[in-house]
Amino acid sequence: MATKTQEVEAKGGQSRHRSLGLSDDQALRIYEVMRLARAIDERMWLINRQGRAPFVISCQGQEGAQVGTAAALRPGHDWVAPYYRDAGVILWFGMTARDQMLSFFARREDPNSAGRQMPGHFGSRRLHIVTGGSPVATQLLHAAGVALASKQRKEDAVTAAYFGEGAASQGDCHEAMNFAGIHKLAVIFVCENNGYAISVPQSRQMAIQNLADRAAGYGFPGVVVDGNDVLACYEVTRQAVERARRGEGPTLIEAKTYRFTPHSSDDDDKRYRQAEEVAIWRQKDPIQRYATYLRESGILTDPVEREITERVDQQVDEATEYAEQAPDPTPDDLMTFVYKQGTVS
Amino acid sequence: MAQKTVIEAIREGMDEEMARDPSVFLIGEDVGQRGGVFLASDGLYKKYGEYRVIDSPLAESCVVGVAIGAAVNGMRPIAEIQFADFIAPAMNQIIEEAARFCYRTAGDFNLPMVIRAPWGGGVHGALYHSQSIEATFGHIPGLKVVAPGTPADAKGLLKAAVRDPDPVLFLEHKRTYRLVKGEVPDGDGVVPIGKADIKREGTDLSLIAYGLMLTYCLQAAEKLAADGISAEVLDLRTIKPIDQDAIVATAKKTGKVLVVHEDTRFAGIAAEVMAIIMEHAFDALDAPIMRLTGPDVPAMPFNHVLEEAFMPNVDRILAKAKELAAY
Repeated sequence: MATKTQEVEAKGGQSRHRSLGLSDDQALRIYEVMRLARAIDERMWLINRQGRAPFVISCQGQEGAQVGTAAALRPGHDWVAPYYRDAGVILWFGMTARDQMLSFFARREDPNSAGRQMPGHFGSRRLHIVTGGSPVATQLLHAAGVALASKQRKEDAVTAAYFGEGAASQGDCHEAMNFAGIHKLAVIFVCENNGYAISVPQSRQMAIQNLADRAAGYGFPGVVVDGNDVLACYEVTRQAVERARRGEGPTLIEAKTYRFTPHSSDDDDKRYRQAEEVAIWRQKDPIQRYATYLRESGILTDPVEREITERVDQQVDEATEYAEQAPDPTPDDLMTFVYKQGTVS
Repeated sequence: MAQKTVIEAIREGMDEEMARDPSVFLIGEDVGQRGGVFLASDGLYKKYGEYRVIDSPLAESCVVGVAIGAAVNGMRPIAEIQFADFIAPAMNQIIEEAARFCYRTAGDFNLPMVIRAPWGGGVHGALYHSQSIEATFGHIPGLKVVAPGTPADAKGLLKAAVRDPDPVLFLEHKRTYRLVKGEVPDGDGVVPIGKADIKREGTDLSLIAYGLMLTYCLQAAEKLAADGISAEVLDLRTIKPIDQDAIVATAKKTGKVLVVHEDTRFAGIAAEVMAIIMEHAFDALDAPIMRLTGPDVPAMPFNHVLEEAFMPNVDRILAKAKELAAY
């Protein structure tokens, strides 16, 4: 059996990130955002279980696929249309722990929705994060439209559309990939395949092993990547971004990963999957795995790890404290922004 | 001023808005090379090119979903649904997405986009080329719904819709496309969304309608005048936001109101208009408010006898109006 070190070396050695064009600082930044996403999520569960907030939906286990792909994009220039697990994506694109906690507590100041949407429904025009609803796969068509506008104006922005493999069963998924393929739009379809649509396993969602195979039907490449290998996710996305910026069209990236938590705080995953299966995947935790690589590369020393942990903890503490005390919306807020120009009844 | 048909007015409206603003573009099935199945976009593909007039795949959710994304990224799309009857596959994108973007982000996002859809019967279109959808979508907060009945209103409201910061469902009665002609002002001639229009002044009773039924009501009013009955005709023009002031004003003026639409009866627009009058003009009424509508059957059948049995027409409006006048 290969040791961790041998695994790392087999995949490009201790300077793998450098061979991908990432500086040591950038490699650590990716790690810190993964850690922050995880830490915010863990805090949300704690608070939810204490009865202080009604709902949480998690990124845990998928941070590698999220931050690895997002890190290949240019925040503020490129666009993302995330789905509800993509805390890692939106933190990379400039959302903060405070923003997420304000959303979690549904406060008036929540920049995503002013407390109107459940947590996980990200959105910020300024940060180029397309607002999402709860029906799945709709955002894939929005991403195609955002990319169409870039093409119409001859701009080189790339749009990344994120979705779970569950959403791939929706007609909008087909329609979006078909349209993006026809017009060679600069869209990257990132499927975080965590194996389950709530309780339904992949084998009851599709008759194929790799969703990426479907890309052939739309006339663009499909790539399978280990979603728990953050650098591999970065690498394939970077290639897809380059292809998109050259005007050669979309790429479908299927990141094979796993969610550590139940679907949401209202789900009981013991009804449909074995604890042993979850335990096996926890051994493949993308954060632990990346930490091992960074340590063996010599850039994640104990003092650096301590600094990162302190910064992450401090952000989560500060965000929680701030958001929990932040004011709720007022009843009058119910009636605002039905339309851009005031309320029309 | 020149005499134009409704379809010419709509084509001109799109052309002028596209010429004025490079962010305006059209997307839909057969809108490009073909110029649209009703020729609403005839000539625009040649004039503006394939990325201003986009032939979409045959998928309505795609048409609307892509338009939403383009609107997010600074464009002003006009999405054409070929027939209102085929809008159902796009309802998720319209209701759950387009109508909610502004509300769910507290105004951070808004969608300046128009969804055009030919609606209505009287063209032997049968169950799937004749439907009325205004009540269904009028029920959705976050959407605006307009239904012009004349060439001038069609052009002016289309311009207003294109310039509006929110999603507008723009309903074009397909029977009026070439049937209804009228003066269209030169220049912009923008007609504000949310304003009804008195198309004929009267004192004895009020006929409230929109779309093709406006034309029928005007014809009925002419015949009523011959019988010495003075009918006012109020054209709603906008379904949502509805012009409550205009409805209340005409009800108070005449004290007798007949609402006419070809959409099915239950929870239709007439029911809303009647409720508004009951809430705000009850004391002024001299008769129960009446309505003449399509029947509560799934849609308009193909056979001409059945189609005619479904559609309100001038004779039926006349009969109902006389009943109201005599009350």
